[in-house]
Amino acid sequence: MSVNILQPEMYRIMSKKREAENSFTFELQSLEQKPVKFSPGQFNMLYAFGIGEVPISFSGDPTIQNSIVHTIKAVGKVTQALSRMEEGELMGVRGPFGNSWPITKLRNKDLIIIAGGIGLAPLRPLIYYLLHHRKEFGKISILYGARDPLDLIFYDELETWSKEFDDQVMITVDFADESWSGHVGVVTNLISEIPFSLKDSVALLCGPELMLRFTIRELLQKNIAMKDIYLSMERNMKCAIGHCGRCQYVQNFLCKDGPVFSYSRVEPFFNKKEV
Amino acid sequence: MKTLEEILSHHPFFKDLKSDYISFLAGCGINKVFQPGELLGHEGEKADYFYIIREGKIAIQIFPPGGNAITVQTIGKNDIVGWSWLFPPYQWHFDIKAIETTQTIALDGQCLRNKCEEDHDLGYILMKKFSQIMVRRLHATRMQMLDIYKETVDR
Repeated sequence: MSVNILQPEMYRIMSKKREAENSFTFELQSLEQKPVKFSPGQFNMLYAFGIGEVPISFSGDPTIQNSIVHTIKAVGKVTQALSRMEEGELMGVRGPFGNSWPITKLRNKDLIIIAGGIGLAPLRPLIYYLLHHRKEFGKISILYGARDPLDLIFYDELETWSKEFDDQVMITVDFADESWSGHVGVVTNLISEIPFSLKDSVALLCGPELMLRFTIRELLQKNIAMKDIYLSMERNMKCAIGHCGRCQYVQNFLCKDGPVFSYSRVEPFFNKKEV
Repeated sequence: MKTLEEILSHHPFFKDLKSDYISFLAGCGINKVFQPGELLGHEGEKADYFYIIREGKIAIQIFPPGGNAITVQTIGKNDIVGWSWLFPPYQWHFDIKAIETTQTIALDGQCLRNKCEEDHDLGYILMKKFSQIMVRRLHATRMQMLDIYKETVDR
């Protein structure tokens, strides 16, 4: 992180890969080739010069420190500008910011990872961590939902992960034609197919907030405790250091108190329209 | 090998039914296996059966004019397919197609309807159970319609 945390550092794009129609994964290396340490769940502010900057979670392997990986979905002015960048170009980076998935609380537990759409990207560093330290955790199920098959990201890796996690990676899409032979339906439909008891499991969620709302409701009905549900939340951010208030969520700042929260912490406000 | 009665008595959908109802249901049931591509039900045809999926996966599909099938939902192990047998005109509203080799227990809907007319207690129990399936599928369909993966944060 730079000495002035409001000043972006220059990173070169080493590679760019299209994951889905509007989603790209960039591997970046600092011009000074400084190693970067981050924890799964954290994010950087990525700067498209002359346009703006946005918070984007790390989506790469946390054990690799000589480059960083981010997956961006082009949905607005800044992310579209970032998505148009190519190998060799320079991107501004500030960070890492935010907290991380609570790995110490997950040890020896059965885990349910539920992702929706681009929400799989902030969970991917955690999945890499679990793969590197498999024996420290119990059974693991990954449930992933997307709008349609073309919207699925990291598709090749999903198949690899399925082998690593005893065929416990389940994928579903909301809409599909005959060429898709997988599950069709909302991601909550897959919860009943998890082959282990949910009662003492921990759930880790990331995705659109509506999806989180329905998923949490289903998990609570299956007797997972609120304190054992963690979610990565998203709001517009500006400073990323808890000063500007853009990302304020009641008494929390997502940039420094989050983006990862236990559901028990946010539950009083989570379904309120005003927040 | 388990009898149909044993399978039904342990199935989440039926396990709280009293034993003579389980016996009656088992008498209305047969094991049926569908290969990938085979139809369990065809849109517009008589819905004489409903199915308990024991293994495999089926797709609920609809064909737009001149187009390829659209899959509305897939249903897998231990779930129930078909409620059209319970409501007039007792016809399938969608195609139900096996997309994997699918082992089912096919239950005779007409036989069950006749029994429910004689025994309203059974009728009420089955109506309540199937209502729960319909409500769950309705909620899921509403979620699908919401297009929840559309980005709402402009970045």
